[in-house]
Amino acid sequence: MSGWRRLQVKFRTAGLLTWTRVTQPHTGRGGCLTFCQSLSTGGPLRNDFFKDLEAQLAAMRKKAADALPGSSWSPFEFNPDLPPERADVVIVGGGVMGWSIAYWLKKKENKSAGMKVIVVERDPTYSQASTVLSAGGIRQQFSLPENIHLSLHSADFLRNINDHLGVVNEDPIDLQFNHSGYLFLASEAVAHIMEENYSTQRSAGAKVSLMSPTQVKERFPWINTENVALASYGLENEGWFDPWTLLNAFKRKAISMGVIQCCGEVTGFSDTTNVLMNRDGEEVHLKRIKSVKVQMPNSMEFQPVECAIVVNAAGAFSGKLAEMLGIGLGPKDSIAGLPVPVEPRKRREGLGGNYITGVSPEETEEPDTSNLEVDHQFFEDKVWPKLANRAPVFENLKVTSAWAGFYDYNTFDQNGIIGNHPLITNMYFATGFSGHGLQHSPAVGRGVAELILDGEFQTLDLSDFSFRRILVQEPMLERNIV
Amino acid sequence: MFALCVHRCYQRSARLLVARRQKSSGPVSSPLLSRLLRFLTQHFYDVEMFLNWRSQQGRNRLQKKNVFYAYTHTLYGPDIASAHYILCLGGGFRFVGHSDWFRANKRGKFSWDFLNHKDTPLEEVDLSHTVTNYSGLFNLEHQHHLRTLKLQGCPEVDDWFLAKLHVLQDSLEELDISHCPLITTGGLATLKNLKRLKHLNVSSLPRLQNPGLVIILLEEMLPHCQIIADGYGHRLRPADKVCVEEERVQGQQQ
Repeated sequence: MSGWRRLQVKFRTAGLLTWTRVTQPHTGRGGCLTFCQSLSTGGPLRNDFFKDLEAQLAAMRKKAADALPGSSWSPFEFNPDLPPERADVVIVGGGVMGWSIAYWLKKKENKSAGMKVIVVERDPTYSQASTVLSAGGIRQQFSLPENIHLSLHSADFLRNINDHLGVVNEDPIDLQFNHSGYLFLASEAVAHIMEENYSTQRSAGAKVSLMSPTQVKERFPWINTENVALASYGLENEGWFDPWTLLNAFKRKAISMGVIQCCGEVTGFSDTTNVLMNRDGEEVHLKRIKSVKVQMPNSMEFQPVECAIVVNAAGAFSGKLAEMLGIGLGPKDSIAGLPVPVEPRKRREGLGGNYITGVSPEETEEPDTSNLEVDHQFFEDKVWPKLANRAPVFENLKVTSAWAGFYDYNTFDQNGIIGNHPLITNMYFATGFSGHGLQHSPAVGRGVAELILDGEFQTLDLSDFSFRRILVQEPMLERNIV
Repeated sequence: MFALCVHRCYQRSARLLVARRQKSSGPVSSPLLSRLLRFLTQHFYDVEMFLNWRSQQGRNRLQKKNVFYAYTHTLYGPDIASAHYILCLGGGFRFVGHSDWFRANKRGKFSWDFLNHKDTPLEEVDLSHTVTNYSGLFNLEHQHHLRTLKLQGCPEVDDWFLAKLHVLQDSLEELDISHCPLITTGGLATLKNLKRLKHLNVSSLPRLQNPGLVIILLEEMLPHCQIIADGYGHRLRPADKVCVEEERVQGQQQ
C-alpha cells in the first residue's frame, strides 16, 4: 500500500515538474521505513507534498507572468537605475528650474509621448541644492522690467497652481503661500533710484505703493524710521511659500506626463566640432554635443546618453559643467575664453522666533564656499546691530537656528542667463539667477521650452538675458538685489 | 492588439506608481464610484483623458462666470458692469443713497431695473454662496464707495482674493468671510491693508489650525476692528469652572 502511494506521488510530481529540477528526494520518506532508514523529522508525506506544490505553482505563475509582454524580464542582466541610451532632451540639474523646464517641455509638445525628456540630478536628498535651502520669497520690486514681468507671470502661475500642476486623483497642492509684501526702505542718497524703480514697476503692472516715513510709522509702528527718506511696499503678489512643495509639484506632474528621472552625475560630454570661417577670415569652432556621460552615484558605472539638446540648469554648479565642454578654457581674447560667470556664493539665513533675517555681504567679504557651514559671528557683527537699529524690539532676540545655502551667483551682473551659448549649438542655459531663481522658475521654464520648441520666445521676451550681453561685456545690472 | 493593450497598461501603472508615492493617506472608505474611477484612471489612458477633460470643462465654466464684463463696462460704465456681474452670479447689492436691494431669485432671474440707476456707485454687496473668485474681483475694482462685502460660504474665495481686496482699502468697512473653505492664515495677514475695516467676521474657517491664536493676532493687527469668530468651539471648559470655584472658596477661607 505504501509502495503504491509512493509510486503515485512520484508520478504526479514527475508530471508537474518536468522543467524544474526536483529539489528534494522523495524516496525514503514517510511510508517506506522497511527498505531504507528515514532521517527526516518532518511531518507526514502529504503535508510536504502540498507545500512543495504551492511553491512550485508560485514559481510557475511567476515564470508565466515574465513570459507575457509587459514584464521587465530580460535575458541580460542590467542596472535598472541607468538612464536610457537615447533621449531627446537631457536636463542637467533637478532643482526647481530643471523640473519647471521639463514640465513646460512636456506641456508644449503636440503629440503625447512626442519627446523623451530626462532630468539628471546627482543628489536625490537635495542637501546642497539652492531650491530647498531658499527662503522661498517672491516679489515684484525689481528695477528691470523683464524681472518684474517674470515675477508677475510666476505669481499668476502660483495662483493657479492646481490648474497647472494638479494631477487627477491626487491631493491638491498647498503651497502655504503667506501673502505679505516686501518693504524696501531707502535713505536720502538712494531715494531717487527707488522713485525710478517705482515708476518702472507701476508701468509693468506691479501693485506697489510709495510711502513717506510718517506713513510707514503709521502702518508699522514698530519700525524706527530714522534715516529713512522713502519706502516702497508691495501690495499684492508678494510673500513667501514652501519651495519644496513647488519642486515636488513640478516633479510629480512632469513624471505623470512622462519625464524620466535619473539619479546620477554628468561627468563628461562627447561632441563633434565644425570648423567654419567667419567674415573676418578667422576660424570659428562650433561644437555640437552628441552624448552626455552620466555616472551612477558611488560607482564607476556610467551610461552615455545620446541626446539632441542639453539644458544646463545646474544652478551654482553650471560654470563647472560648462567647463567640461571647454567654455572658458580657450585663449583669453576669444569667445571660447569667456567662462560662464556663474559660481556658488554662500548666503546665510538666521531664524529667530518667527522671523528670518539675512544680509548680503559686501563684495570683499564673501564667505568661503567649499562647505555650507554657518558663520555665527557674522550674525553678531553684521546682522544684529542693523536689525536692532531698525526695529528696537529686536534688541532682545535669540537665534534658534541658522542655515546656509548657495546662490547661483552671476558674477557678471547678477541676472539670469537664458539661451544657448554661441559656440555650442545645442546647449541651453537657464542659470545664474543670483537668488531669484525660485520666484522666476515657472516663467523661465516656459520661456526655455518656447525657445527649444518654437525657436523664439512667445509669451515673454527674455532675449535680453541671452549670452550676447556677456560677449559684448554690457552688464544688465539689477539695482534691487536682496 | 490585446498584447499591446496589456503592455500599455503595465507601462502606465509603473509610471503612476512613481507619481503615487507622494500621496498622503486619505479616508479609509471613499465612495465606490470614486474608487472605481481611480482604478480605471490608473489602467486606461482614455479614462484619464476623459477625467482631465471634465475637470478642464469645470474650470472653463468657472472662468466664464468670472470674466471681466468689458462690453457692459464700455457701454454703461463701471457701476452697471459691477451690478450686472453681481446679479449674473446670483448675489445682491444696494446702491448708494437707496435702501432697497437688487437680487436675483432662486432660478437666477433678475429684473433689469438697475439699469435706470446709471453712474450710481454700489454701497453694499452680498456675494455669499456664489462662485466669485480672484478674476471676478476685477469687476468690483472701481467701486470706491463700497462699504460692505459679504462673502459667506464662497467656495472659490482664497488667499489671493483677500490679497487683492487692497483695491478697496479706502472704503471697505465691513467684511464677512465666514465658512470659506480655502482661506488660511497666509491670506488673513493681508487684511492689514484694509485701513477702514470696522467689522470682520471670520467664523468657521475650516483651514485655520490654531483659531484662537489667529484671532488674537488679528485683533492686534486691526485695533479699530470688531472681530466676530464663532464656530470654533471656544468656551470655558468645566475644569476651568472648577478652578474658579476652588479659588473663591480659598479666598473666603482666608
